[in-house]
Amino acid sequence: MITALLVMIFLAILLGLVLGYSAIKFKVDGDPMVARIDAILPQTQCGQCGYPGCKPYATAIAKGEADINQCPPGGDAGAKALAELMGMEFKPVNEEHGIQKPKSVALIDELTCIGCTLCIQACPVDAILGAAKQMHTIIASECTGCELCLPPCPVDCITMEPVLENSESWKWKYPIYNIQKAQKA
Amino acid sequence: MQLKNIFKFNGGVHPDENKIASTRLPIAKLAIPKKLVLPLRQHVGHVAKIKVKPGDQVLKGQIIAEADGNISASIHAPTSGKILKISEEILPHPSGLPDFCITIEPDFKDTWIEKKPISWKKIDKAQLIEALSQSGIVGLGGAVFPTHMKLKINQNQSIHTLVINAAECEPFITCDDMLMRERADEIIQGSLIAQSILGAEKCVVGIEDNKIEAYEALKKAAQKTAVEIKVVPTLYPSGDAKRLIYLLMGIEVPKEKRSVDLGIQVFNVATVGAIYRYLELGEPSISRIVTITGAVKTPQNYEVLFGTPLSDLIKAAGGSSNKTKKFIMGGPMMGFDLPSIHVPVTKAMNCVIESSPELFPAPKPVMPCIRCARCADACPVNLQPQELYWFSKSSQLEKAREYNLFDCIECGCCTYVCPSNIPLVQFYRYAKSEIIAQDKSKEAANTARERNEFRLARIEREKKERAERHAQKALGAQDKQAEDEKKSTIAAAMERVKQNQQENIKN
Repeated sequence: MITALLVMIFLAILLGLVLGYSAIKFKVDGDPMVARIDAILPQTQCGQCGYPGCKPYATAIAKGEADINQCPPGGDAGAKALAELMGMEFKPVNEEHGIQKPKSVALIDELTCIGCTLCIQACPVDAILGAAKQMHTIIASECTGCELCLPPCPVDCITMEPVLENSESWKWKYPIYNIQKAQKA
Repeated sequence: MQLKNIFKFNGGVHPDENKIASTRLPIAKLAIPKKLVLPLRQHVGHVAKIKVKPGDQVLKGQIIAEADGNISASIHAPTSGKILKISEEILPHPSGLPDFCITIEPDFKDTWIEKKPISWKKIDKAQLIEALSQSGIVGLGGAVFPTHMKLKINQNQSIHTLVINAAECEPFITCDDMLMRERADEIIQGSLIAQSILGAEKCVVGIEDNKIEAYEALKKAAQKTAVEIKVVPTLYPSGDAKRLIYLLMGIEVPKEKRSVDLGIQVFNVATVGAIYRYLELGEPSISRIVTITGAVKTPQNYEVLFGTPLSDLIKAAGGSSNKTKKFIMGGPMMGFDLPSIHVPVTKAMNCVIESSPELFPAPKPVMPCIRCARCADACPVNLQPQELYWFSKSSQLEKAREYNLFDCIECGCCTYVCPSNIPLVQFYRYAKSEIIAQDKSKEAANTARERNEFRLARIEREKKERAERHAQKALGAQDKQAEDEKKSTIAAAMERVKQNQQENIKN
């Protein structure tokens, strides 16, 4: 009896040590689910979901606080990918959070710009270049189209321009052909 | 002509060749047109940088747009004249979208800039490749990849065999065939130059057995050289570089590797011809041979200056005799319908076919896939086209990628044999470009995430720094106060001492 007890105690201590060690050694920083959700989100950082950015929204989804259909830039395709990841039923994007529209980038009317730097402070990805009382301009390739620079502009000189297809970004379309009525033999 | 030591690849098809019509007449030179429109994007890689402005006078062979970075190619003025404008024009591209072009108004004097042949035997390789990067030469077989990049070999790579692609397997196209018949010497000389630059031990020309005259011409030109001319059977798509390597050497280039990794480099015949002309004669890439065939009155090959309006070429070939006015660029297997006849001839344009209902009847109705797997039998890359079709059709893009969609060479053999007339390649093209677009947007999202995180970190840092500054200031203020107190105590003490002394003196 004593032997059995000793063996069990020894095993318990050993396994406890192993588990304790691996808990420290293989510790995962942060919630891996958040990173996976964040990878699906479009990183527009627009805040239309009600959170101050994509990462906070991802955290909220992971905690179960937010729904998966609050991201208009990600669109229905994004919601579908999130549903798949979370094992949830797909829901189309909730229009309360905004309507889905084609990707646009901001454009500053450089003649009207007064150089107030308010838009620079609003831009979540530092895509606006300029200084106080100097003309500002948007780095189009870095702009996510979040529209956060529109409201602070005191002279309304920023407009959203949809990104047009050019010969580099052009895509082959889904083939469409007519279905014909079967002929009677 | 003997077929020896040939390794046959899987599948392939035998479409009607339709090559004879355009080989009856020799290559003709097309007259200088009234205006030349030169797109800045005629090659794979970065768009060329404009070096001229409207109103400038340019000479034939002068660089008007310079290669931007390594993977890019210069553009030269095809004739002398005046730069008319720099504007967006429609390109010969399936999208039909406009892109930036330089328009030249020729002065019809055709004055050359001073030609500078390069003694390639004497200068070192790095200089030679640098010189070739100014030549504007790109792969003229249709891939339009900058040639100097293909000649630049890393130190840990070595090339043992140079393969010259003379297969020209696609129906209707005869531009390489005619070039070999008439300028075999240039091709062989160009091959030898390329071989010496690459340091390859062997040079093999692979030619299909339906080009007897071209074979004879090459054989004669290569008589006293070490260039080997090897005949391969006529089977589409033997002209695909990796298929040709397999046919000639029995070496299969693995997935995600390039032939260079295995010590083999491939050039098209017209490309080596252009290398010869640039180095020996000092003539940059300003023209090419274009086949105009199909329903035109006199199908023929023309040497056409880049930028010539396609409508001029069509007119020279007797114009369109039917009402459809539909033109295909490239061959019937891999080509595409041109958006307009008012597009310029570019470096990629090897052949233009006028379509007619007799040559290309309207496609038969598409029927469901019956899973006969004939497409798999025909696929020269050993893919499973039927699986790729189902995945592409249902937009299961990740699945399609897993099934090696990106190894598909879009040769069209599967579409050609499909008994249900399904436009398979169109589905693959759709899936490929969709995947590429998704990858790009993912990359953009990653950059945005990085920038956002950096910004948040910066704001955090600034806040901390500000707080620190405030704390320091507060601390400083405290110090000052303490010092003031000290000073005032000392002053008071001194005062007392003075008073005491004064009192002492009084006493």
